[in-house]
Amino acid sequence: MELINLALKAIFVENIVLAFFLGMCSFLAVSKKVDTAMGLGLAVTFVLAITTPLNNLVFHYLLKEGALTWMLGDTAQDMDLSFLGFIAYIATIAAMVQIVEMVVEKFSPALYAALGVFLPLIAVNCAILGSSLFMVQREYDLVESTVYGIGSGIGFWMAIVALAAIREKLKYSNVPPGLRGLGITFITTGLMAMGFMIFAGIQL
Amino acid sequence: MKFLQQQMKKMAPLFEKGGKFEKFYPLFEAQESFLFTSASSTTSGAHVRDGADLKRVMMMVVYSLIPATLVAFWNTGAQEIMAATGRTLAFADIDLMDALLRGAWAFLPVYAVTLAVGGILETVFAVIRKHEINEGFLVTSLLFPLVLPPTIPLWQVALGISFGIVIGKEVFGGTGMNILNPALTGRLFLFIAYPGQKSGEDVWVGGADQWVDGFSGATPLAKFYLDGAAALPEMNWWDAFVGVMPGSMGETSALACLIGAAILILTKVGSWRIMLGSVLGLVGMSLLMNALAPSADHYLAVPWQWHLVVGGFAFGTVFMATDPVSATQTNTGKWIYGIFIGLLTVLVRVINPAYPEGMMLAIIFMNVFAPTIDYYVVKSNIKRREKRLGIQ
Repeated sequence: MELINLALKAIFVENIVLAFFLGMCSFLAVSKKVDTAMGLGLAVTFVLAITTPLNNLVFHYLLKEGALTWMLGDTAQDMDLSFLGFIAYIATIAAMVQIVEMVVEKFSPALYAALGVFLPLIAVNCAILGSSLFMVQREYDLVESTVYGIGSGIGFWMAIVALAAIREKLKYSNVPPGLRGLGITFITTGLMAMGFMIFAGIQL
Repeated sequence: MKFLQQQMKKMAPLFEKGGKFEKFYPLFEAQESFLFTSASSTTSGAHVRDGADLKRVMMMVVYSLIPATLVAFWNTGAQEIMAATGRTLAFADIDLMDALLRGAWAFLPVYAVTLAVGGILETVFAVIRKHEINEGFLVTSLLFPLVLPPTIPLWQVALGISFGIVIGKEVFGGTGMNILNPALTGRLFLFIAYPGQKSGEDVWVGGADQWVDGFSGATPLAKFYLDGAAALPEMNWWDAFVGVMPGSMGETSALACLIGAAILILTKVGSWRIMLGSVLGLVGMSLLMNALAPSADHYLAVPWQWHLVVGGFAFGTVFMATDPVSATQTNTGKWIYGIFIGLLTVLVRVINPAYPEGMMLAIIFMNVFAPTIDYYVVKSNIKRREKRLGIQ
């Protein structure tokens, strides 16, 4: 029950895109078509589902104060490497993204071409680093961080697919010239976030 | 009328191409087509003719809103009189004319501000963007005051309708191109920006200076929120159905909304699938919540027939959710869209402590997902047909 609540919270109440506005670059750039958005959503969810628990292990067994005692014995009791957090998490994420990229290229060349530069750029997608940092800050254990990673991935997935569907519909709109493209997408994102206010305040 | 028509004809060359006020043609065109019918007609070729153009459709919505507006006048006035007399009068004893006049005194300034501010913005956009002002604006500007509490300050009305018209509609290119319902977008903006003044105990009854001690004008939903289902015996279901309850001006009467719904469904302007779907969603979700309720006095135990008549559900379902622009377009999509609106409304009312009412948020949320639903309904249709033909 606790875990289901955590997942629902990550998907709806604290949607990583529409409540925290993380991961905006790929959210805005790869949302022109629903199919591509689906692909990116799947890739981000996959990366999040793996990197969040992986970074949890990194934090608990390498970085946390006294975490290295399992390797170095009592001499490591006072060692606190958590200042290396950013580098360590990014390294994990970058490695994972490389693997995902290779898999996508092998099994779905069309998707690989459609995602273009944004697939390797998942490595620097702030939604993914953000989830790892939230996971450390909120002191989730391994199972919780897996659920949290998957949850925020699905939240991102849902938001980007909804935005892509809206943008496909907006093709028929007569947007003022100055707002065409990214401008109207920003406004749409803001309006979507207003819609997601429906879940703000739910205590799970 | 004849005189007006002649005057319009006389002025027409001024606004047409090459005339002195060419720039203000949309303004002239709007005035002409609101009053009469459009001067322009097709000149060549065979066309399928149907009386149901945008103008007729939108005016039909305005007509269907008349019962709700009349009840809004009466109930707002009646609530104010009740408040002034300390809730000692029965509703039958209240003078009808007195109530109507007091209600009009509360409603008309709000409506006037909406029309003036919204009208100016609409005109500015129409002149610059060179599109026409159409009757969709009349619908938005009537819906908007009806979902506001009677005590709202007029500057907030102006702010809300500006946000609704500009961000909700005009930046997307005007009528028919927006993604969210403009009236609701404006209302939601006010709700989020000034939460204390849009909900809570004190905002629902006009004439605040005449209040007597010990009076509370809480809406039924606020009572449910405070006391759960224990608040039920103090209230009368028929009062809520007819609409003699404190609340936003136009939304209290389920009866008036039912009449509106009948007009919309008979003229095929509103989708019965969406309306029925959201009622089903609401009933299903409240039954589920009843089953989960820990005690008979808990908010979860409020029965479905109450959820149907309190708050903005009836009004939202009939007039807001069925907005043909921001709702789903496919028939299957309409069912899904409607059911989720009903379901989310109960969920927010009962589970989310931040908001007493969920109808507005539920509709906006489903507006956001309407294109996604449509996309996948169409996709699955294509797949099914391909399968039937043996292509895949």
